[in-house]
Amino acid sequence: MALSKRHPAALFAVLAVALGTTGAAYAAVSAQTTPKAVVLSETQVEQGKQLFLTGCSSCHGLAAQGGSDGPSLLGVGAAAVDFQVGTGRMPLAAPGVQAMPSMPSYNAEETAALAAFIATLGVGPAIPTQEMLDTSDAELALGGELFRTNCAQCHGAAGTGGALSQGRVAPNLMNSDAKYLYEAMVSGPQSMPLFSNQTLTEQDKKDIIAYVEELQKNISPGGATLGRLGPVTEGLFLFIAGLGVLIVAAVWIGAKSK
Amino acid sequence: MNELEHPTSEPYGSKEGKDLVSGITIFPMEPHVPRKSDIDPKAARRAERQVATMFATSSLMIILFVVAYVKIPNTTLITIPVIGTVNANHLATGFAFGMAILLIGIGAIHWAKKLMPDVEVTQERHALTSREEERQEVASSFQRGKAESGFAERKIIRRSLLGALALFPVPLIVLLRDLGPLPGTRLRETIWEKGMHLVTDATYRKIKASDVPLGGLINAVPENLLEIEHEEENLNQRGKASIIVVRMDPADIVSQQGENWDYQGILAFSKICTHLGCPTSLYQQRSHHLLCPCHQSTFDLSDSGNVVFGPAARRMPQLAITVDSEGYLIAQSGFDQPVGPSFWERG
Repeated sequence: MALSKRHPAALFAVLAVALGTTGAAYAAVSAQTTPKAVVLSETQVEQGKQLFLTGCSSCHGLAAQGGSDGPSLLGVGAAAVDFQVGTGRMPLAAPGVQAMPSMPSYNAEETAALAAFIATLGVGPAIPTQEMLDTSDAELALGGELFRTNCAQCHGAAGTGGALSQGRVAPNLMNSDAKYLYEAMVSGPQSMPLFSNQTLTEQDKKDIIAYVEELQKNISPGGATLGRLGPVTEGLFLFIAGLGVLIVAAVWIGAKSK
Repeated sequence: MNELEHPTSEPYGSKEGKDLVSGITIFPMEPHVPRKSDIDPKAARRAERQVATMFATSSLMIILFVVAYVKIPNTTLITIPVIGTVNANHLATGFAFGMAILLIGIGAIHWAKKLMPDVEVTQERHALTSREEERQEVASSFQRGKAESGFAERKIIRRSLLGALALFPVPLIVLLRDLGPLPGTRLRETIWEKGMHLVTDATYRKIKASDVPLGGLINAVPENLLEIEHEEENLNQRGKASIIVVRMDPADIVSQQGENWDYQGILAFSKICTHLGCPTSLYQQRSHHLLCPCHQSTFDLSDSGNVVFGPAARRMPQLAITVDSEGYLIAQSGFDQPVGPSFWERG
C-alpha cells in the first residue's frame, strides 16, 4: 500500500527531473561535438599515442593489437575512432553487450589526436571532409530508397532506431550529425555491418545522409510520435488509453445518480 | 390473460421469492432513494446551471473552432510538453471541435441523470408462444395453400422446382475457381540461375568481390530484375529473389549448406524469412546473426544459416556464389530449395 500513498504528482516530478537531466546532458554533448578540420601532424600523432597508452591500451593492447577485452584497432581508420570517441561510446563506461553513446571523455582536439594516431597504424576509412558531407547536390528520393533498402530494417523506416537480438539496439538517428552517420556507414561500429564506398558510393551515402537530415527536420503534425514505431505503439496506446477512457465513461453513464 | 403475470397483488420484485413459471429466484429491488436534486430545489438548480454551462461552453468551442481555423496560419508550430511540436492550427481546431461534441454529450447525460424523472419501472413480460387459436389459424392457412397450389398433386412442377432450387448454389461453387490456379512450380523457383550477376539493390551495380569489406553487408538482387522491372511479375520475383551478401573471416565460417558455396568468406543468403516471409536483413556483423524483425527468428550465417532462435523452422537458404573472369560476384546456380515460408505441397 506504500505505492498508493505517493503524491499523484510524484510520477510527473520524476519524469520532469529525468527529462531535464537528459536534455542538459544532450546540450552539453552537442555543444562539444562541432566538427573541426582534422590536420595530421607529427605532434598530433605523438599526443594521440600518449592518450592511447593512458586511456585505451588497457583493453586494446599497447600496440592496439587487441585482446580479450577489446578488438584490434589496426586498420580501423580515423573514422572509426572519431565515431566511437566523438559520440562518447568509447572509452567504454561499463562492459556490456553494446557501447552506448554518452558524454565524450575527450575534447575535439584530443579525439583528433587519437584518430590521427590510429590512422598511422593501418589503412582505414578517414574522417569525412566537409565536401563529402555537403548534401546540396544529393538526390533525396534515391536517398530514401537506399535508406529503406540498407538502413531501415534496423534503424526503422523513420530512423528512430529499433531492437536487435540479445539486448543490442540500433540507435535512433534523429539527433545524429552527418559526420557520424557517414563514419558509422564506413566503419561499421558494434553490430552494424560495413557499407564500403565501392558498393555504397560516396554519392549514395550523401543521398542517404540528405534523407536522414530530411527526416530529422520533419515535425510530427499529429503530435506525439509514440516512437514513430507505427501500429504497434499506436495500437497499444489506443487499446489502453482509448479503451480505458471508454470504460470510465461507460461506468459513469451507468452509475446511479445521488 | 397473461399466464406469466405475477400472481400476487404486490409489485413484481418487491419481495424475495421464486418466479412461479421459470422457478428463478427473484431478489427484491433496492428501496428507491431519491436523488439530491429531487428533494433539494437548490441542488436541482445547481444541476440545471451545470448542464446549461456545458451546452454554452460547447457553443463557445464552436466559435473558437471558426476563429482558430481562420486566424491561426496553418504553418504555425507550437511545442507542448510531453506531446511534442505540433501544428497550432490542427491542435486548436481539433481541440475545439472535440470539446464541442464532448460537452454536448456530457451535458445531455448529466441532464438525464440529475433532472429527468427518476422512477423504477417494471416491464411485464409475456409468453413468447402465440395463442392456440393463432397457431391453428396459421396451420390451416398453410394446409389450404398447399391444397390450392396443387404442390402435392402436380408432381412435374414440384420436381422441376426442387431441381431448380438444388442447382441454385452451383454458381457460388463454380466461382471458387477464381481462388486458383494452383501455384505450380512458382513457389519453388526464383529468377536466379547459373552465372547470373549479383547487383546492388536500388542502384543495380555489379559487385566486385574485392569491394566487399570484411563485416560488410550488401542488399542484392539478380541482374535481370531490372529488365523485368515493368512486367507484371516483377514484385513477386523481387520478393522471392532478394538476397543479402555478407563477408566474414573464412576462419569464422563453421559450416555451409554446400561445399565452396562462399567466395573467400563472401556468403549469399536469401533475404526472405523461412517463417512468414518477412525481409530479413538485420545482420549483426560481430555475431554473424541475422535477425528477422517480425518474430525475432535468428539465423547464424556463419553456421549454414541455421535457426538459433525464434519460430522459424527451416534454415535460411544459401545461394552458391563465385566470381566471373573480371572478379564480379555471380551465382553458381539457382537456389537448390524453395525460399521463403513453408507451403503445403513443399513436403
